Parts: sequence; structure tokens; C-alpha cells
Amino acid sequence: MEVSASNDPARPNEPGRPNDPARPKEPGHRKVPDRPRVPDRPRVPARPRVPARPAEEAPPSDLTARLKAYEGRPAATAGVGKDPVNAAMIRHWCEVMGDACPAYSGPDAIAPPAMLQVWTMGGLSGHTDRSAAYEELFGLLDGAGFTSVVATDCEQEYLRPLRPGERITFDAVIESVSERKTTKLGAGHFVTTRMDVRADGELAGTHRFRILKYAPARTEPKAARPRPVINRDNAGFWEGVRQHRLLIQRCDGCGTPRFPWLPGCHACGSPDWTAVEASGTGTVHSYVVMHHPPFPAFDPPYAVGLIELAEGVRMVSNVIGVPHDKVRIGMAVRLEFLRVDAELELPVFRAVEDGAV
Amino acid sequence: MTGPGITGPGVEGPNVGGPGIGGPGVKAGDELPPLEIPLTRTLIVAGALASRDYQDVHHDAEAAREKGSPDIFMNILTTNGLVGRYLTDHFGPRCTLRTIAIRLGAPNYPGDTMTLRGTVTEVAGGTATVRIVGTNRLGNHVTGTVTLNLPEGAP
Repeated sequence: MEVSASNDPARPNEPGRPNDPARPKEPGHRKVPDRPRVPDRPRVPARPRVPARPAEEAPPSDLTARLKAYEGRPAATAGVGKDPVNAAMIRHWCEVMGDACPAYSGPDAIAPPAMLQVWTMGGLSGHTDRSAAYEELFGLLDGAGFTSVVATDCEQEYLRPLRPGERITFDAVIESVSERKTTKLGAGHFVTTRMDVRADGELAGTHRFRILKYAPARTEPKAARPRPVINRDNAGFWEGVRQHRLLIQRCDGCGTPRFPWLPGCHACGSPDWTAVEASGTGTVHSYVVMHHPPFPAFDPPYAVGLIELAEGVRMVSNVIGVPHDKVRIGMAVRLEFLRVDAELELPVFRAVEDGAV
Repeated sequence: MTGPGITGPGVEGPNVGGPGIGGPGVKAGDELPPLEIPLTRTLIVAGALASRDYQDVHHDAEAAREKGSPDIFMNILTTNGLVGRYLTDHFGPRCTLRTIAIRLGAPNYPGDTMTLRGTVTEVAGGTATVRIVGTNRLGNHVTGTVTLNLPEGAP
């Protein structure tokens, strides 16, 4: 019989708060001087570090020790099957399994051996045979937050067939309790029990069963892409995006185009400007491919391009329509507006095949 | 051949009610024909109830989601029963199951299909050892080992 040690691959911790040094969706390049970092949500004041759990509650290592103290103690004592072995339950089982084996019907019917555990189940009204030790163990696990249960292993040995009419009794022992394990489902402890099943008082089979008592890992929805910071200086640009127009500024004093949006001309200093719509054609001036670290809203690897527009200004954006490893300097691209979610639309650039614009 | 149930909900396989292969001729390395089992919602719920397992994760999708599972999933007793059926379908009603030891991995969710495969790893003293694996689109749902006594006349 296979004796197994349970483990599940540990799930790496999720990264924390969204962060985005590449800023692929925010038009503008790195020459923006000292833009104030405006937090997009109220800053939570740092809390003083306090112990995470009350002093009277045991730390995890002590919990494991307390759990392991239940090893060898009874899980069920003098349990009695709620129904004797019977033809109706056998038939229902065989219907579900699609099991047409003739041994399970007729005057000399036996129960399918794999039903062994079924005869010991508590059913909808619950178990009445569980020991105080078993209830205490589960109470400890529930209290520590490991409230969910899933079965992982079942090892059965069949010593003799079960026949309709036989009365089932059973005893079970808590064979082992694991230390804390991290699994795909969440962190928890494996609990292994071993049960002797008797039919009319005669040992008919043994049943080793392993469950995981775990705290469900929170399934968080995919993080939203970071929001652009919209202020008095760049509000016109985002209004243009809303209208599917890529707007850049042109200096009224010297005619120099500029991007990202700024209050004054970097060439002549004039504060006067006019918004003009870019044609939407451009080329990849430079690019990086983001592999690591991953950010919750993005699926690496992906290409972040520095796009030179036909009007002569450059902006950072995503290059789409081409695998991340096929982006090249000089590649022709064309503007598109990408609907990211209900609130956010972003200008991105699609690679143009054969350079046709 | 008559049996208590020829078909289950969504459970069909090429070997249902088949004559069985036992006795002489079973040898290590033999591969059992695969058995495909469509994992309907009905099968998962009916299996839980036939095994008197009323854990909500086996019949209540909303409760399952609250516990971190995307949907209901098959209980271990049903998997155990399907493994037992797979072996007796192949070796016939005159074989006797001695042990079934299984470990669960990727859950059996509704809408998927599980394919059971088996390989005889040892035959000694009339007892065959069969390594089984049941795969779904997520990977290995079940791996395990079954031993059974072959009908008399076996090597």
C-alpha cells in the first residue's frame, strides 16, 4: 500500500501594492522635471508595529506542537454505520459510477469494495461517532483560521467483501497531523486518520484518509492598471484621449511641438501654446521588454516603446500587434486607442506590417 | 450481462459490462485501455450524494467559490469508485480488489473530462499491481496504486 507524504507546491507570495516604474501607459517621456508624485489615494499613516496576535494566543510553532499532541488519540470510537450494507445504496452507487459489474447485484451480491468509507459516513445529519479528541483537534484548526477541508489521500485495504444486511462498526485513530504547509488552496495542516471497518463484528477493511484543513487563499481579482495623474497642465491631453484624438502642444512663440504637456516652451520659454492633433503615425525610437518584476495589472513579458511621432515628439506607450521579442527600433507604428476597463482608455501603438502606414 | 446500473449520468466507457480480462496472460507492462469520463455537474453531485458526502463544495457552486474554489469539484469517494470500476471493468467480476490507494491533485471540475489509464507493474502469486492515473485538462486528478487478486489459474 502506498504511504505518502503530502505536499503541494508552495504558491509564491503575491507582490504587494501595484507599482509601475515602466509607466507604459502614461504618455510623456523621462525629461519631465520633478513632477510631484501625487498619490492616487489618500495616504494611510504608518501604524506602529504591534504584535499581530494577542499575547495569550500561541504562536504558530506552538500551535503545531498542540496539534501534534493529538497524534495517536482516537478519532472515532465504536462508531456505527447509519445504515447496514444494503442493495439500494449499492445500486445508487453503481448507477453513478456506471459500474455494471454483476458481482454487485443479485442474490449473492457484494458491495463494491470502493464503497468501504460510504458505510461510515455521517450524511446530512452529521457524524455522531467522532471522538472528543477529534472535535478538539478540528476546533483548534478552525480557531486558527483553517476552516476549510479537502480530502487529499485515501488508502483502503479490503479484507473481505461486505454483503447486504451486515452491520457496520468502526474505530479510527488520528495517525498524524502535519506541520503547517502552504498549498495552492491556502496554508493548512494535513490530518491523517486510520479506520478499522468491521462487518457484523469482523474486521472487513482498513481505511486511511488524509485531509487538508486550510485557510482559503484569497482569490483577488486582477489588479486594475494604474490610473494616470490628471492635473491642470495635462487635462487637455486626456480630454483629447477621451475623444480619440492624440493632442500635442505647439508653441505659439516659436512653433516648436512639445510632449508631454507642460506650461511653457522648452525652446523659447513662451507660455502660449495651441493644441494640435497628431497624425497618429510614428516609429519605434527605442524600447524595453519588461520581464521582471511582474506587476499585478500586467502580464510580462511585454514591450514598452518610446514612440517618435511624425510631428517630431516622443511618447512612451505600449507596442501592440507584435510579439514582445519582435519589436525593433525603426519599426513603423500607428496610433490606436485601447479600452483598458470601464474608466480607462489609453493611446497605444500597433506595429504596421511592411512599414505601410 | 446485467448489472445494477448499465449507465451512470454522463459516465460511459468502452469497457462497460465488458467480459473482463483476467487469469493467465496478465503480465507486468500491460496497459489498460483508457477510460474517458465526462465530468458533468450531475455526475459530481450524484457521486457526492451516493457516497453520503454533503460537503457543500461538492454541490453548491456559490459556497465552493467562497472557499476559494472556482466551482464545485468531485469528492474523493467518487474518484475512488471510478478507479474501482475501471479496474473491475478490465479484469472482470471474478477478480477481487485488495487495495486502492489514491492521491488527488488537480480537481475534477464540471465540464472537464477525466481519462483514466492504468499499467500493470507487477504480477506475483495471483496478485496484480496496477499503477493508475486519471488526467483532466488541469493535469493529474488522481494517481495511485491498485492491487487485485486475479481469478484462479493466474500465474
